[in-house]
Amino acid sequence: MFKMTPNILKNFITEKATRLYPYEVKEPYDINRGELVNEIEKCNFCGICAAKCPSQCITVNKKTATWECALFVCVYCGVCVETCPQKCLHQKQTYRKPVREKEIIFMQGEVKAKDTPDGSESS
Amino acid sequence: MLEEVIPVTPEILSGETAKIKYEGYKFITLSCVEMDANNVEILYHFDRDLQLKHFRLAVPKKTIIPSISPIYMAAFLVENEIQDLFAIRFSGLVIDFNRTLYLEDEIKNTPFCKYTVVESDSREISSPPDFDE
Amino acid sequence: MKRTIIPFGPQHPVLPEPIHLTLTVEDEIITEAVPALGFVHRGLEQLADLRDFRQMVQVVERVCGICSMMHAMCYAQGIEGLMEVEVPPRAKYLRVIWSELHRMHSHLLWLGLFADSFGFESLFMQFWRIREKILNIQEATTGNRIIVSVNVIGGVRKDLSPDQIRWMLSELIEVEQMIMNLGPTLFDDYTVKKRTVDKGILSGEKAMELGTAGPTLRGSGVSQDMRTLGYAALNELDFTPVTEKNGDCWSRCKVRFLETLQSIDLVRQAIARIPNGEINTKVKGRPDGEIIARVEQPRGEVFYYIKANGKKNLDRLRIRTPTFANIPALLTMLPGMWLSDVPVVVLSIDPCISCTER
Repeated sequence: MFKMTPNILKNFITEKATRLYPYEVKEPYDINRGELVNEIEKCNFCGICAAKCPSQCITVNKKTATWECALFVCVYCGVCVETCPQKCLHQKQTYRKPVREKEIIFMQGEVKAKDTPDGSESS
Repeated sequence: MLEEVIPVTPEILSGETAKIKYEGYKFITLSCVEMDANNVEILYHFDRDLQLKHFRLAVPKKTIIPSISPIYMAAFLVENEIQDLFAIRFSGLVIDFNRTLYLEDEIKNTPFCKYTVVESDSREISSPPDFDE
Repeated sequence: MKRTIIPFGPQHPVLPEPIHLTLTVEDEIITEAVPALGFVHRGLEQLADLRDFRQMVQVVERVCGICSMMHAMCYAQGIEGLMEVEVPPRAKYLRVIWSELHRMHSHLLWLGLFADSFGFESLFMQFWRIREKILNIQEATTGNRIIVSVNVIGGVRKDLSPDQIRWMLSELIEVEQMIMNLGPTLFDDYTVKKRTVDKGILSGEKAMELGTAGPTLRGSGVSQDMRTLGYAALNELDFTPVTEKNGDCWSRCKVRFLETLQSIDLVRQAIARIPNGEINTKVKGRPDGEIIARVEQPRGEVFYYIKANGKKNLDRLRIRTPTFANIPALLTMLPGMWLSDVPVVVLSIDPCISCTER
């Protein structure tokens, strides 16, 4: 009996364990795997991110220089960010806000001239 | 790579299982692997003091294999699962879901086979148990 | 006596996940229980046909959210065994640290849910408050709260800095203190004893015969723990599996409570002995052959059978999760119980249905 009472009394004087969410937001850790962004001007459309992605949410077209990501298929594992040879993919520390409809990020880069020999299609 | 594998046939399966139970092995699970269009292989895994022992049973599809669930009761779940997903049937199950553990009634093909096999009207083999007094 | 059939689940206040039990009741006593599964079957095993063996690491993490780290670790250990890759020692220790953190947060989650199952809601909140601290550690060190996604084939993806280790240790002291405070409430309370002692008894022999795993088995007095196989760096750390004799709900609860404290101890040991060096190795080539990998998850032993044929995709990936092994035991525990005890007994095996059906 009364085993819980000291705990309850202590809870009156300690700080709250919860926060009032929309008004108080938790500080993100700098390692957090949040929103995925692509710096399209650095991207060379090699397609390694699309090949490595376990959920296959990224589509890259080298000819038309487009990069697409189906946001609600992405699992935010961070594999593409680690394998990107151009280091143009990043993950922010914060997460995306909820939305009402499914979105796809569509990015159009400039079509590079043929003289750059790198960026072979990955297996 | 597997340590101790004993090849078995459907005829001697029950006897070998009873023997291994007498030796004090604990049942772990069954793994069903589709070998090609017509054959599957079922591995029976057992464990005693963290040492594994396996049975390897190679059978053609659409075979009826005697269930080991009367010996190891725990086997009934995984045998029902294999019935659902592969074209193999077990006879003498303790609790027989008749291909409805994971699947719906109307599904007749075998989802985990690359070369799918359509199950015939095999659901009519046994009717669901009647609970009325 | 007239028999009545009472359906239990798939939607039931006490169940976090859907499982259906058809309970045959005489008066108020259960005489038979028949399970029905298949509400969350996703066929993840078969995804091995479409994703290559490296991508499967992220797929098997999603078999079960609560023990994602252990699934990926078990799978990675299997593939590493096939390809004969030696994981760097630091990666082995990091795997132990994160897997034990995972065990702690899973057990704390369960302890809370278990308290909730017999209506002790304030205890539930106390346990979940402690769990939040563990989740913060996971988030700060790996980047995600639960699906930590740290394993790759050949090592781990993230490293711990000395600062993080220091902070982790100070948090763990607090966590240990808070768990110890709740111990007397859970084990000496009159109501808790009334609801859990001698409920759902499973004897040691019966547990072995039914092939149960994890705390359900150890609660019946059988000292079997896959961690004694010494995978990752566990062969260099000392611990003895926690066992309780009675085999009732109370014993299973006590096993999990003591294992939480044991995990804190294991994390401390691992931190004390962690060597410096690389955290992963480059893995070249493709796996070939068949192998079995076993890891102790919070709920028991997870069993992976991997068959590869030297191609990019695996031939077969078979996952036997602990709850799958514990459901037959649940069916033998229930007959003889009062209908009002069913939620407590069902929760005492820590059912994880997404795991079970994959």
